[in-house]
Amino acid sequence: MTDLAKIRNFSIVAHIDHGKSTLADRLIQETGTVEDRDMKAQLLDSMDIERERGITIKANTVRIEYNAEDGEHYVLNLIDTPGHVDFAYEVSRSMRAVEGSLLVVDSTQGVEAQTLANVYHAIEADHEIVPVLNKIDLPASDCDRVAEQIEDVIGIDATEAIQVSAKTGQGIRETLESIVHKLPAPTGDRDAPLKAMLVDSWYDAYLGVIVLVRIMDGVLKKGDKVKMLSNGSVHHVDRIGVFRPEMTVIDELGPGEIGFLTASIKQVRDTRVGDTITHEKKGTEDALPGFKPAQPVVFCGLFPVDSAEFEDLRDAIDKLALNDASFSYEMETSAALGFGFRCGFLGLLHLEVIRDRIEREYDIELITTAPSVVYHVYMKDGTMIDLHNPADMPDLSVVDHLEEPRIKATILVPDEYLGDVLKLCQERRGVQMDLTYAGSRAMAVYDLPLNEVVFDFYDRLKSVTKGYASFDYQMTGYQTDNLVKMSVLVNDEPVDALSMMVHRDRAEQRGRAMCEKLKELIPRHMFKIPIQAAIGGKVIARETLSAMRKDVTAKCYGGDATRKKKLLEKQKKGKKKMRQFGKVDIPQEAFISALKMDS
Amino acid sequence: MDDWHNGGFGLYVHWPFCQAKCPYCDFNSHVSAKIDQEIWAKAYLAELERNAPALDGRVLNSIFFGGGTPSLMHPDTVTTVIEAAAKIWPFANDIEISLEANPGSVEAGRFAGYRDAGVNRISMGIQALNDEDLRRLGRIHSVAEARAAFDIARNCFDRVSFDLIYARQGQDLRHWQAELTEALSMAIDHLSLYQLTIEEGTAFGDRYARGKLRDLPTDDTAADMYQATQDICDAHGMPAYEVSNHAREGAESRHNLIYWRYGDYLGIGPGAHGRVTLAGRKYATETHKAPGKWLDQIRKGSGESLREELTFVDQSIEYMMMSMRLSEGMDIPRYQQLSGSELPAERVQDLVNLGMVTISDQRIRATAQGRSVLNAVLRELLVD
Repeated sequence: MTDLAKIRNFSIVAHIDHGKSTLADRLIQETGTVEDRDMKAQLLDSMDIERERGITIKANTVRIEYNAEDGEHYVLNLIDTPGHVDFAYEVSRSMRAVEGSLLVVDSTQGVEAQTLANVYHAIEADHEIVPVLNKIDLPASDCDRVAEQIEDVIGIDATEAIQVSAKTGQGIRETLESIVHKLPAPTGDRDAPLKAMLVDSWYDAYLGVIVLVRIMDGVLKKGDKVKMLSNGSVHHVDRIGVFRPEMTVIDELGPGEIGFLTASIKQVRDTRVGDTITHEKKGTEDALPGFKPAQPVVFCGLFPVDSAEFEDLRDAIDKLALNDASFSYEMETSAALGFGFRCGFLGLLHLEVIRDRIEREYDIELITTAPSVVYHVYMKDGTMIDLHNPADMPDLSVVDHLEEPRIKATILVPDEYLGDVLKLCQERRGVQMDLTYAGSRAMAVYDLPLNEVVFDFYDRLKSVTKGYASFDYQMTGYQTDNLVKMSVLVNDEPVDALSMMVHRDRAEQRGRAMCEKLKELIPRHMFKIPIQAAIGGKVIARETLSAMRKDVTAKCYGGDATRKKKLLEKQKKGKKKMRQFGKVDIPQEAFISALKMDS
Repeated sequence: MDDWHNGGFGLYVHWPFCQAKCPYCDFNSHVSAKIDQEIWAKAYLAELERNAPALDGRVLNSIFFGGGTPSLMHPDTVTTVIEAAAKIWPFANDIEISLEANPGSVEAGRFAGYRDAGVNRISMGIQALNDEDLRRLGRIHSVAEARAAFDIARNCFDRVSFDLIYARQGQDLRHWQAELTEALSMAIDHLSLYQLTIEEGTAFGDRYARGKLRDLPTDDTAADMYQATQDICDAHGMPAYEVSNHAREGAESRHNLIYWRYGDYLGIGPGAHGRVTLAGRKYATETHKAPGKWLDQIRKGSGESLREELTFVDQSIEYMMMSMRLSEGMDIPRYQQLSGSELPAERVQDLVNLGMVTISDQRIRATAQGRSVLNAVLRELLVD
């Protein structure tokens, strides 16, 4: 057990690509926590997807032992948090387990939207914050300007900001010294009843559920019987340890320490993040405030391309859910796509990550239907239902009105692109709430409907600003609006998987764009195919895909039979990958691509 | 009775050399300065003798010398092959012996020799009836040379066919209609009319991939040209009996019909494919493609590089794919016998309703419209 005064618990907040994971790597390396030969880039990002995309999805923890220049030995616990808005809940709860934060800002870029969002989580958690200006080795680095911006935009003192190059290692020592001298030590009473915060939990195939805890008071030992305050369940602790960053078993965890326990817990769902853990006997009655569970905000259908793989998909989703309590799912049947699952996600990135993992780790090809947000449908009889799937929209005669979720979006963008950004927000039914300047960058705050954002808003924003804008959002609540269900008919057959909720004023435009897109995406058939968008029985847009006129091999003699047969079999296989609606084959990518709007 | 009897039995002889490689051609052809005709004649003989025992007792319906440019073969080489074949198999009374010829003046000088060797049908690669287009197609002959060679061929052979390529760069519908009408005035009783196809691995394929092959007709224009071809040829009494082949009744290429009626054919020469039925099992065969390697392998005993048994389902797919190219279509009971399953009734009915196929006398036939999108028709007909 470590003396409280020698413990520092901290997290790192940063915008994506500002070098958070590289800085973490460098701190680990500088203190000799990991031998040089075992070092690999972005050590804490353990999933392939995290390394490939350069993002952190799960919070990770590492215990760093540091001999400071004052001659004392310190234990530094770092919780590395995700930077993306979809995983904001991970950030906010991880912050509650530590006392301070390093605020990392790229000195060539300056403050970005995620910097703001994440630093506010730290301020809310009462953190001491140490600003770190990274990438000072680059020629475009401008520390004075960025320090000034931190003071202007965030409102914290940046005069003593540390100048660092995580790449070259410059400033790493100073960073470690600042952690020791500027961040507060945790408080806690070793002799009080055990009070530990359940920070996170995940499933391990060998050990069962691993629970990440922060001890507030008391001491946790191997063999203890512990109780979860939320539901009174009791578990026998069979292992206690810390991350260095690999799991290392130790005997006990005392106040201020961060580590893990295992207790033969089968499912992540049996652990509630934010719960208070105490001893079964002589425990505390005084629960920590806890966290709100994360609510899925984006829903879509996942269907196997090959309907024979439905059971495999069920298995894959069950397994992923073991480890991710934030993602919800239930079985869904679509007239067009057969059996699949309606899944709820924290955002689009979360959706993509889960989809990629199913396709890669379980080798199941998926059709993903259009993402939808959760609408509140108020019925004439006074009841309200949550609508996760446009296909389930009740008949209009029994509906009184609809509400849709709205967000507060913060966008930081260089001045010259501001016009395009404002236009984009306007097109997406945004209402401007604030517009301020910090140097040559503008910060626009908009109230936007979430359904205008979930699909391709971020892609569009990046494209109109050549990648220079940053974006973050938070849910604000629900608001009534004139929303209708638009259905799509291909060859006069409704395709349920393409129906969507739209604002009445935008319906014609969306309908036209959708029909034009589908006309490009559906291959020509032997007959002409009408493609229509409709609201109720009224067609609001129409395109016609003309019939294929030429598809024949000019020469086919004895020497061509083998090659031709292979080609035909390949084409037949390609056809099988498409979905049949009536007599029309629709390629699977159409279900997502049709919804992307170019303007 | 083995299935191949429905299509007959033919011999294909591949001559792999050309004077120049045409930019659109993806056939197995090579340019070589010096060819020892005697070595080649001996190699063909060895291959015939290797295959003879297993194919004993058959009657030979046709021989086809293809290439490459078989009109670069010395007439003696052709004589050697035909005489050897005659020693192995009795010839059918109406045996067709075809040879593909380049329409140049040098080749024309060998026509009489081919006739004396036993060749009774010539197929000439004229390809276009204007010099500018011939040049763009990489052909080394002129229209005047082609016409002269054609006249010599007519005097030597009863049966002369020629090939044209259309939907060429810069060609429009009216231009093609005029060219085709002119061709029909020359034609005797058979024409092969191919839409230009850009194949990967050819000079045109490379140029196309780099966006340098300009002024190709759009698919819609090409479809109009195909339709016009059917109309004009019908009006001249030369209807299509196959996707790209037109003939007066009875003048169809008997050798090519063996392919499309899915008979047996022995393929010899570099890169030649075969389909042969032995003891009730049908095999796909291939030989080494590179001329030098093929010769070497024959010295070691066999030019064959592949012999693979075809399942009955494979055979049914090949039969469908080949026979649906013919206006006479596919025999449904024969198909079902091979595949062990019925045609997909609902999809067949859809195709009938769309006017792509007709069904009568237990045969399914693609209409002219159906033939122009035959790949799509086949994708529907193939059982999953």
